[in-house]
Amino acid sequence: MSAPSIGGASRDGYGKALLRLSDDPRVVVLEADLGKSTKSCHFREEFPERTFSMGIAEQNMMLVAAGMASSGKVPFASTFAIFTERAFEQVRNGIARPGLNVHICGSHGGIHTGTDGSSAQSIEDLSIYRTIPKMTVIHPCDDLSAEELTVQLLGISGPSYMRTARNKVRRMYDDQSKLGLKIGVGSILEEGSDVAIIACGVMVEQARNAASTLANDGIECTVVDMHTIKPLDTELLAILSERCGCFVSAEDHSVIGGLGGALSEWITTSKTVPLEMVGVRDRFGESGGTSELMEEVGLTSEAICQAARNSINRKNSS
Amino acid sequence: MEDRISELKEMARLCRIDIVKMTHAANAGHPGGSLSAIDSMVALYGTIMRFDTSNPDWDDRDRFVMSKGHASPAMYALLHQMGVLEESDLMSFRTLGSVCQGHVDMNWTEGVDFSAGSLGMGLSFGLGCALSARMDASERRIWVMLGDGETQEGQVWEAAMAANYHNVNNLRVIVDRNRIQNDDFMEVQMEIGDIGAKFESFGWSSREVDGHDMSELVEALQWTENIDSGPIAIIANTTKGKGVSFMEDNPEFHGKAPNNEELGIALEELS
Repeated sequence: MSAPSIGGASRDGYGKALLRLSDDPRVVVLEADLGKSTKSCHFREEFPERTFSMGIAEQNMMLVAAGMASSGKVPFASTFAIFTERAFEQVRNGIARPGLNVHICGSHGGIHTGTDGSSAQSIEDLSIYRTIPKMTVIHPCDDLSAEELTVQLLGISGPSYMRTARNKVRRMYDDQSKLGLKIGVGSILEEGSDVAIIACGVMVEQARNAASTLANDGIECTVVDMHTIKPLDTELLAILSERCGCFVSAEDHSVIGGLGGALSEWITTSKTVPLEMVGVRDRFGESGGTSELMEEVGLTSEAICQAARNSINRKNSS
Repeated sequence: MEDRISELKEMARLCRIDIVKMTHAANAGHPGGSLSAIDSMVALYGTIMRFDTSNPDWDDRDRFVMSKGHASPAMYALLHQMGVLEESDLMSFRTLGSVCQGHVDMNWTEGVDFSAGSLGMGLSFGLGCALSARMDASERRIWVMLGDGETQEGQVWEAAMAANYHNVNNLRVIVDRNRIQNDDFMEVQMEIGDIGAKFESFGWSSREVDGHDMSELVEALQWTENIDSGPIAIIANTTKGKGVSFMEDNPEFHGKAPNNEELGIALEELS
C-alpha cells in the first residue's frame, strides 16, 4: 500500500481541481505555508494575483477567507488537516455560522500520513467538522475523485471541509467513471448481497481488497465509496440495509464520530442491522512507514474481512 | 463644523439612552463596552463612512466590522438612530426571533457586516474584505472596531502582520481602549501595554485620541483620509460605561444590565 508509482494522492486531485476552477474569477486560494504540500501551489504559479499567503497563521486565514466570501469571492483555504483543527472555532463561528461559501481543504489527514508521527495524523477532523450545522464534509479516496468533487464544490451553498491524503493509492476511478461522482451520493464500487462495506479515503482501496478476499470464500460484498460524510447518503444506506442486512465501516479516522459514527447514528435511529467499525480505536498514531503503521493501528483489508465476517455472523444470529 | 459636532454629540447621547434601555429590557447584555465605543462609532458613521440606509447591501459601501460583538447594543442603537432599526427591535434585544441578537450577526440584522461573538476574529475578517475590495478595484474601505481586551487574542496580531504584508490601504481599525475586560481591569488581568506602538511595529500607522471628544475623533478620522498607504489604527482612549456615573470605570457593568432603579438614574443622567 505504500505509495505505488501508479495512481495518485487525493491532494494532487485537489491541486488540479483548483486550476480547473480558475475560470471563475470569484475563486481565490489561501495558503498557510503549506501550498507545496496541499498542492495549491499549482494555482499559485498560474494565478499569483488570486493566491494569498497567510503565513503560519491558520486562525487568521480562516477569517480572511470568511471576509472574502462575504465580499463575493469563493475562497479555497488549505493547510494540513490537523492545523485546520487549530482554527476550529474560527471555522465554526466565523465561517459556518454565517453560512459563508468557504471551502477548507485539510491535507495529510489520517494515520496514512506516516512518518511525521502522531502530531500530524489527524484522526478526528471528519468528526469535528461533521458536528457543525450545514457543513459539507468530504473525504475522497483518490486523485481523480478528489479533483471531481472539488470542482463540484463551486455548486454547493455554504461551507465545506475536504480531507485529502498525502500518499498515492491505487485509483478507484478512471476518467469515465469519475464523471458519475456526485457530492452527497455514495458511489457503489462493488455489488454483493452479504455485507455492505462503507468506506472513505484510503480505506476504500482496502475495502475492495477485502471484498476480493471474501469473494474467494463465497462472501459477496457491496463496497461503497462514501466520499461525502455529510450530508450522508441515507437513501443508499436504506437500500443497502435491505439488500445486505449488515454493514462494515472503514476509515482512516477515529471510530468515534467519523464515517462509522455517522453510520451508527443513522442505524440506531432507523434500522436494526449490525455495524462493525474499522477505524482508529481511541488512540494516537506514531511515526512509521505507512503500511506498517496501518497494520499497527488495524487499518487493513484483513481487519475489514474480519469485521465483515463478524457483521454477517451477527446478522445471521439475530 | 461646530454645528455638526453638536449634532454628533446629540446622536451619541440618544444612542446611550438606547443602550441602557435595551439592556434593561433584555435584563442582559453589555452596556459598559457599548457606552465606551459609541462616540467613535457615531463619529465614523456621521462623517466619512460611506453607506446608504435605503440600500444596505450596496456592494461598494464601506464595511463596519464590529469585532467586539458583545457591544452589540452600540451597533443597534446606531442603526436605530439612523432609521434602520425600530425602537421595538431594540426592545426585543436577545429575545427569541429578534433581529437584535446577543452578539452582532450579519445574517440577522440589516446593516451589520460581520457575525461576531468570539473575540479576536474581526480584524482577519476585515482584512479579507479589504483584499477583496482591492481585487474588485472598489473604493470601499473597511473599518474594524476592536476592544482593547480583545487584543490579548493572538489572532489579532496574526491579522496585523498579514495586513501589513499584503499592504492594504483600505483597512482601518478603531481600538476602544477602555482598560476593562470581563473579569476586571486589564492591568489586573493581562495588561497589553502600548497598543498603538504594537500596531506600528507591524508597519501600521497609528494615532491616539480621546475617544469621547467628538472633535478629536472627527479630526482623527479625517487624518486617515490623508494616509495613502498601509493599514491604520486609531487608539481611542475611553471610559467603560461612559455617560452613566455608576457604570463608569466599573467592571461590574461589562456584562450586567441596569435594574429598574439604575435605569431611572441612567436616563436622568443622560437627559
